[in-house]
Amino acid sequence: MFQRLPDPSGSPVSFTLDGRPLEGRQGDTVSSALLAAGVETCRSSAVSGEPRAPYCLMGVCFECLVTIDGVGNQQGCLVALRPGMQVETQIGRGKRELAR
Amino acid sequence: MKTLSHVNDLAEHYDLVVIGAGPAGMAAATLAADKGAQVLLVDENPTFGGQIYRAVSSTPLKDRALLGADYWKGEAIGAAFSQSQADYFPGATVWQLSPELELGISSGGRTAVLHARRVIMATGALERPMPIKGWTLPGVMTAGAAQILLKTSGVAVSGKVVLAGCGPLLWLIAAQYLAAGKRFDAILDTTPRGNWRTAMKDLPGFLTSPYLAKGLKLMAKVRRQAKIISGVTALAAEGEGHLARVRYTAGGREVVIEADHLLLHQGVTPNINMASASNCELEWDDAQLAWKPKLDDWGNTTVPGIAISGDGAGIAGAEAAAERGRITALDALAGLGIISIAQRDEQAKPIRSELNRYDRGRVFLDRLYQPAQQFRVAGEDTIACRCEEVTGGQIRKAVTTLNIAGPNQLKSFLRCGMGPCQGRLCGLTVSETIAEARGSTPEAVGYYRLRAPVKPVTLAELASLKQSETEIRTVARG
Ligand code: FES
Repeated sequence: MFQRLPDPSGSPVSFTLDGRPLEGRQGDTVSSALLAAGVETCRSSAVSGEPRAPYCLMGVCFECLVTIDGVGNQQGCLVALRPGMQVETQIGRGKRELAR
Repeated sequence: MKTLSHVNDLAEHYDLVVIGAGPAGMAAATLAADKGAQVLLVDENPTFGGQIYRAVSSTPLKDRALLGADYWKGEAIGAAFSQSQADYFPGATVWQLSPELELGISSGGRTAVLHARRVIMATGALERPMPIKGWTLPGVMTAGAAQILLKTSGVAVSGKVVLAGCGPLLWLIAAQYLAAGKRFDAILDTTPRGNWRTAMKDLPGFLTSPYLAKGLKLMAKVRRQAKIISGVTALAAEGEGHLARVRYTAGGREVVIEADHLLLHQGVTPNINMASASNCELEWDDAQLAWKPKLDDWGNTTVPGIAISGDGAGIAGAEAAAERGRITALDALAGLGIISIAQRDEQAKPIRSELNRYDRGRVFLDRLYQPAQQFRVAGEDTIACRCEEVTGGQIRKAVTTLNIAGPNQLKSFLRCGMGPCQGRLCGLTVSETIAEARGSTPEAVGYYRLRAPVKPVTLAELASLKQSETEIRTVARG
């Protein structure tokens, strides 16, 4: 579970995940918005297809890969959340599907 | 500063390019720009501050006491940088820095190549990998990640939370979470008991360290509010599809506790990937158990024109990082002919005496918080390389049956270090696991040899490069 501390500053930011409307806040990265919305698993691993979730949130591990506005394999933890973003998880996309 | 948002806004030449907007990078860029150099600061993150001062100008946390006074020291460094004349390019990735000081920079799916007369890498530190069984399960993340969530988004890891590992940062993060009104189901301290003995001889130095009083206060505060289990010698994350339990051994007794989240941390190490890809020589630091670049007194690497400052040059902390940034900037300014050597030396004096103060007692901390061997090498069924899902057992088997000498040779057999993270995360684990299997040292075994692009870059991005007429004619037909 992830919880926003009460009374945060910053206005709400609407985006979609796999077509479903979600809300993050200004200042969020794509990954932090997903975690705060309760979405942990964002992709399947390349070799065994195991579920993976953001691990370092600082650009090192590449566990946070998601598709953003149609571009695959973006590091969600490095991308600032913007209104209207279309984010897609990369779950069960098959082995070693690197980009599209 | 002038904030750039598109690669087209970049100049083709800069006197100085600084990579990384943490304390070292911001301090270096500010000083150099204030003296009249044409400076670009490139950073991967959407806001400046690096990890230590992450989101210092934009955090949604209104209660300043929550992150502690040290965090807010970043405000002044950020403000000075904001007022400087430097170009600042956030959300941009440097995927190449050649020994000729040519930089490839990508942002928003476009890329550009530019030239610098001097480069300062201020790429900071990474959390040391802590390969335990089950650490790839969702629900397990680094303690640093939990701290970043707090700083950038005011989001806290909640539910049943276990914090495990060792090092000064572990206590800081614990204190910040407690201040935010959160709790831990357990804090599992993996500091090896024997470390106290080896660290003791460096204690006198530490007694004069500015960190002593702060550190003791922090630990006392955490101890009052959380259940701490020390002498933890084994640790595993368990669950199907998500973490459900943490299994640990302390004092010879195995215990299983329920957990929604496990936060791992065992210190930080220099981020040396770009340095290595740019051909800068590295050396093994036996006290910090990590690779660091070979540097002279001014932070210059073995590649002319490239300097490294901040924790990327060897771990010394945020306040030292800013001072080290200024030292490298002064030498860059002298190299650019903007100040004289005599001016450089003169202006460096007060900075160096500040640096000496921060250095006091560092060795003590390094020795006290040296993580145990069993948490640095990957166990039999433990994944070492998360990208390519290679286990410690596979590495040991390859090393012993195929007589593999080091990480680079291992790549061809197991692909470890060849996934998207390019060995950033597993590099140390793999070097240490090979060393253990060969009965050798990481120093002898070596580190991944890295190549540009240091970050994945798409063909579409490369295709967006500006081409000259001659370049087009060389490859185009007709
Ligand atoms: S979570 Fe590690 S790179 Fe994004």
